[in-house]
Amino acid sequence: MGRIHLHEDGTAAFHDHDDEDDFEHDHDHKHAHAVGDHSGYAETGTTRVTILENLLSENDRVADANGRDLTAAGIRAVNLMSSPGAGKTTLLKHTLARLGGTVRIGILEGDIATTLDADELEGAGARAISVVNTSAGFGGECHLDAVMVRSGLSRLPLDELELLIIENVGNLVCPAEFRVGEEARAMVYAITEGEEKPLKYPVMFRAAEVVVVNKMDLLPHLDFDLDTFLSNLKSVNPSAQVIQASARTGAGVDEWCSWLTR
Amino acid sequence: MLQPEGQPVHELSLCDAIVGTTMKHADGRAVQQVTVRIGHLRQVVPDALQFGWELLTESTDLKGAELVIEQVPATVACLECTAETTLDMPILVCGVCGSFDVRLLTGEEFLIVSMDVAEV
Repeated sequence: MGRIHLHEDGTAAFHDHDDEDDFEHDHDHKHAHAVGDHSGYAETGTTRVTILENLLSENDRVADANGRDLTAAGIRAVNLMSSPGAGKTTLLKHTLARLGGTVRIGILEGDIATTLDADELEGAGARAISVVNTSAGFGGECHLDAVMVRSGLSRLPLDELELLIIENVGNLVCPAEFRVGEEARAMVYAITEGEEKPLKYPVMFRAAEVVVVNKMDLLPHLDFDLDTFLSNLKSVNPSAQVIQASARTGAGVDEWCSWLTR
Repeated sequence: MLQPEGQPVHELSLCDAIVGTTMKHADGRAVQQVTVRIGHLRQVVPDALQFGWELLTESTDLKGAELVIEQVPATVACLECTAETTLDMPILVCGVCGSFDVRLLTGEEFLIVSMDVAEV
């Protein structure tokens, strides 16, 4: 990943440094400081070292490598995110039933533990399924990061696939921060989750190119106000495509599949 | 403040990244303070980040180093009326004319800014 490098005139530039050690410099004041940075020196006996590195630059570097591998193999990769129980796996079952005969689909299944979701998808029409249990990391990660996806990719026959669906860990917060090398991000949102979530979890709603509004068959039984939800969604992500669907009845799945394969 | 109910594990992952980057740059030098800059549109809860920092640095050379969190408010520039608005909700809207046609100026920062190391 590039680093932000500040020049004396205050402009910032991104550089790709393979030789990372060159970047770091103790203060000899050839570089201007970022806004909000201070004297350059802290207390006596202490040197302030400017880093200015994106917190997720290590993750993003691996994500870029994943993206290059997927592009080279001619695969469109979609990162599918939602809270737990929104209906990702059921939607995927319908997706595989619709597209499995014509599109060579791989599934990368992220779960904190168990292979239950993968078991449910077994035999549903995917060419290959790779399971990544995130509990192998620190305390059971709440999301897939680029390194986990890289290890999952290594177990997939990439040259046999056209479409890769990465089913992220069910969580409305963390997956949105970690790029994994996907071409696009999609979100499944169940109307049982209420109208206000786009305002509470804006990072994920902003990250999604398409939002599948799921469980629409339950609308008559809920107090959910669709217009309020759509207006909340629009206020955090004006360009999101909305697909109203029911993974249970199959409504909207065609529209979802055409987005997936476009 | 834009602070939804965060989950501590999220901040732990981020701390892990901060620890890794800091150790790489420190290269054995004693680190006294690390400064990060985080925009309000990132769902980071400062207290959870501090907690994660103490937890993860405990058993490393960074034990005792202070984590300073600079928070950056979310601001937008209106493309219709050119006004600039500081947001107190994650709704990207102009505070003057109400237009949604706005450009994000700040709020997505996610940087490790600097570290203070002891002079040898």
